Amino acid sequence: MKRLRLNGLMLWIGLFAITIGLSVSSKALVQLTGWTWLAKYPQGLQLNLDRFLSAALKWLLEDAALGSFQFRDITRLISATVEAPYAVLRDLIVNGFAIGQGQTAIPILQPMGWLPIILGFGVLAYRLGGPKLAAIVVASFAYLLLFGLWQSAMVTLVSVAVAVPLGVAGGVFLGIAAFKLRWVELALRPFLDLMQTVPVFAYLVPILFLFGFGPTSALVATMIYAMPPMVRITTRGLQAVSPEIVEAGKMAGCTPRQLLWKVQLPAARTMVMVGVNQVIMLTLNMVIIASMIGAGGLGYDVLTALRKLDVGRGVEAGFGIVFLAIALDRLSQALATQGPTEPAVGSWMRRNRTFFAYLAIVVASYPLAKLIPALAAFPAELQLSTGGFWAAVVSWINVNLYDQIEAVKVAVLVYVLVPVKVFLLGIPWAWGLVLSFVIPAWIGGWRLGVMGLVFAAFIATSGLWPQAMITLYLCGVSVVIAMLIGVPLGILAGQNERAHTVLTWVIDTLQTLPTFVYLIPVVMLFRVGDFSAMIAVVMYAVVPAIRYAAVGIRGVDSQIVEAGIVSGCTPRQLIWKIKLPQAMPTILLGLNQTIMFALSMLVITALVGTRDLGQEVYIALTKANAGKGIVAGLAVAFIAIMSDRLTNAAVKGRSTTGVSDV
Amino acid sequence: MTPKKLVLMERPIILECRNVWKLYGANSDTYLQRHDGVPTAEALRQANIVTAVRQADVTVRKGEIFVIMGLSGSGKSTLVRCLSRLIEPSAGEIRFEGRDLLKMSDQELIELRRHKLGMVFQHFALLPHLTVLENAAFPLEVQGVDRKTRIERAMQVIELVGLQGRENRYPHQLSGGQQQRVGIARSLVVEPDLWFLDEPFSALDPLIRREMQDEFLRLQARLQKTIVFITHDFDEAIRLADHIAVMQDGVIVQTATPEELVLRPATEYVAEFTRHIPKAKVVRLGTVARHLQSAEFAGDLAASSRIADVADQIEAAAKPFRVLDDAGIAVGEVDGRIIIDILIGRDLAP
Ligand SMILES: Nc1ncnc2c1ncn2[C@@H]1O[C@H](COP(=O)(O)OP(=O)(O)O)[C@@H](O)[C@H]1O
Ligand SMILES: [Mg+2]
Repeated sequence: MKRLRLNGLMLWIGLFAITIGLSVSSKALVQLTGWTWLAKYPQGLQLNLDRFLSAALKWLLEDAALGSFQFRDITRLISATVEAPYAVLRDLIVNGFAIGQGQTAIPILQPMGWLPIILGFGVLAYRLGGPKLAAIVVASFAYLLLFGLWQSAMVTLVSVAVAVPLGVAGGVFLGIAAFKLRWVELALRPFLDLMQTVPVFAYLVPILFLFGFGPTSALVATMIYAMPPMVRITTRGLQAVSPEIVEAGKMAGCTPRQLLWKVQLPAARTMVMVGVNQVIMLTLNMVIIASMIGAGGLGYDVLTALRKLDVGRGVEAGFGIVFLAIALDRLSQALATQGPTEPAVGSWMRRNRTFFAYLAIVVASYPLAKLIPALAAFPAELQLSTGGFWAAVVSWINVNLYDQIEAVKVAVLVYVLVPVKVFLLGIPWAWGLVLSFVIPAWIGGWRLGVMGLVFAAFIATSGLWPQAMITLYLCGVSVVIAMLIGVPLGILAGQNERAHTVLTWVIDTLQTLPTFVYLIPVVMLFRVGDFSAMIAVVMYAVVPAIRYAAVGIRGVDSQIVEAGIVSGCTPRQLIWKIKLPQAMPTILLGLNQTIMFALSMLVITALVGTRDLGQEVYIALTKANAGKGIVAGLAVAFIAIMSDRLTNAAVKGRSTTGVSDV
Repeated sequence: MTPKKLVLMERPIILECRNVWKLYGANSDTYLQRHDGVPTAEALRQANIVTAVRQADVTVRKGEIFVIMGLSGSGKSTLVRCLSRLIEPSAGEIRFEGRDLLKMSDQELIELRRHKLGMVFQHFALLPHLTVLENAAFPLEVQGVDRKTRIERAMQVIELVGLQGRENRYPHQLSGGQQQRVGIARSLVVEPDLWFLDEPFSALDPLIRREMQDEFLRLQARLQKTIVFITHDFDEAIRLADHIAVMQDGVIVQTATPEELVLRPATEYVAEFTRHIPKAKVVRLGTVARHLQSAEFAGDLAASSRIADVADQIEAAAKPFRVLDDAGIAVGEVDGRIIIDILIGRDLAP
């Protein structure tokens, strides 16, 4: 056992030494030998998979047909399903109904005013979570109103309102199918795995290609993005229903269909509702990002502000997204945790009287809005803007703290980022291929090694090697920093009740924020570049690092801790010798999640000018080059899948050696 | 033989199973066919197969409480699920009211469960989204009974188990004991002919458990159901059972009345259970009475009374008591010596 470990260590050191040697000397080697292919993967050997994919998609869209049934009909059908409810809701809330098109349109119903909408959400919040929740929700909407974000926010909300039910319904349907039919589960699993790792932009490219620029594309992308967790949670929820409850249903004489609808699904409803919460949050996240392909709304406001470096507007719209996210999250969480409490008594009318009263108010609000115009559109003179304030804050920081910020930035760049980048980029791709086999094979067996080799070969032959290295470097550095910050904080939260309360609140809030929002402060303070990207990634990826460390420490068996105390451990020994080793598997799982979070954020930082795979996807998106987008997206997914397998294999290896040591 | 037992033996058989097996593990379904005959426990273990139930024979007669008793993991739940066909047995034969249960189609099985079977579960298995009333009415809802009838019938069973006034609560608002009352109400709402209870009181605190047992006996005195009752608690088995089947590692090692079990345990394993049971609380006068030989008696006692209940009386009297069966016919006599034999555990003359 000891010898094996020693050999392992030697192997690591040896590999590292060779890699450094090659990385440092590769330039000189190329000059010496004239073999340029050493440093750069030869263009002639590229597979041009992207062009093939583009052509395939084009064929699918234009020529593919089965008899008289064309593939385009499918996309049209999907468009129609999504567009119809979207159009109705949008007219109801944002545009108003009209007969005819454009200039000649005759308006027949103005958009619903802000008052009934805020009132409706307020009442809903009150019923689900009492006065506190109602206050949060009303305040969030009031912010949107006061800061002139109402129109944009309503566009975003309409998209969410359309995408969520469709996503939930689709997810539940597929989840049931996977629960009932083993082959469906087996067929879905690789897709679900892949979907969780493919970066968000990569979804957008082919969808943009198939559905064109506009809200439909955005909605379709959003649904596809938000559905996988719903599928998974539904299947798991159904599987987790206690066998006794299922047996009780069978003994009551349920047919298989009754068993599903009357017993299994209702019994799994708590978990299904957790899935609904997730769908809502993912949908919001994606609707914001999908502003790039025409979703409009708050995301579009942020995007334009970012492009124009309009600090004030960007921060305001960013807060708008934050408040909307918090309101929706708390609302759906209240919905999820709400058990049945009040018995259903009284007639149908009586039980729904709040709803009818609300309906009456909505109807009454139309003529009222005609009388009082302020109810239709919130008067501009009452609107606030802190845009100037934020711009002032940022410029103050930039003037007064410029030197300090710059010093930190330069130090990190010079001593951390650049060396790592140079090191990784210097590794000749051929040696990289060797490593991509040896390292996974050593950690998780030869199958994993082959997988690593195939993935790396895919990246190399696609001509994406340098971009992949930049992705690795940014992700790696960010993950290390996130772990260095997150794990100690998590340990603190695991030991100290008050720290736990505060940190839980902070990370819960951070986690509800759409990824886009993270870019705003970063760009304002550090402008574009790798450093900004790293900060954004660390902020986003620190959440799982904290959470898992805290869960791990809190989950240590209290009897083991007591045994430690009784045997006279000092508090420090207690942490290092007892709690940390016990919590290590959970912390490693946290590492896994931190990597996943980092990758998904990293792709979005393409917007602040990184040169990684995310940038490739982003460029593909702006050029609507579907093939290129898919290939680069897959490259990110492969990196994500590989790090997932590697950390899992490491956790497994650890727990088995742990057992044999005992 | 006691009169009660005689009556029981004459009652019609409701449920009967012969040679039932249940194996778990890879290829376990075909294992028995491939190895015809009876594989030894050792051979099965070698093949990596868990033998949950092995060669089980059970006969349940109308109106009796048939208890299956054994330590946890001994196969009780598996056996009772085979009997209700929630689990498909690996081999064997099961007859319910003379019909072959294992040959029934899915549709027949659903019909059977809707009208003839009821089951109570260890962890209550209530539907969390339904009120007490809706839970109790659930089997009727599934059958498509109209709302009014279903509520009426459900209210009746809710009253039967003493939960009136709580019918609009949800399961999570009730105590464990109350939740199990709902489970009992639900299983009774279709007026089943055969009632399965899988460790219904095991998840409850001892005091509540005792109370529920009393209540259960009261209920049974009224309803006269045919019952298959699972427990790991030998005291509970003794209190409730007409017959007890003791299971060990998937095998039924003895099926007998509580008295026989206490007086003549078939194996060391069964004896281990019965050792701490005060025999006087189980054994009835009819079982220990000797032939009538005295001329004078201190009085008459019923053959069905338990020794513990009449011991003081017998000991205090100078003369023996005559023992009469239900019909008032003298079946023998008892005196203080017999009582002492029982109390100190001296072997009884057979
Ligand atoms: N689905 C299953 N797969 C494998 N083994 C099982 C399964 N169900 C039960 N067993 C095994 O069968 C044996 C009997 O279990 P069970 O009938 O639940 O016992 P009891 O109800 O007496 O506690 C146990 O050893 C258990 O591990
Ligand atoms: Mg059991």
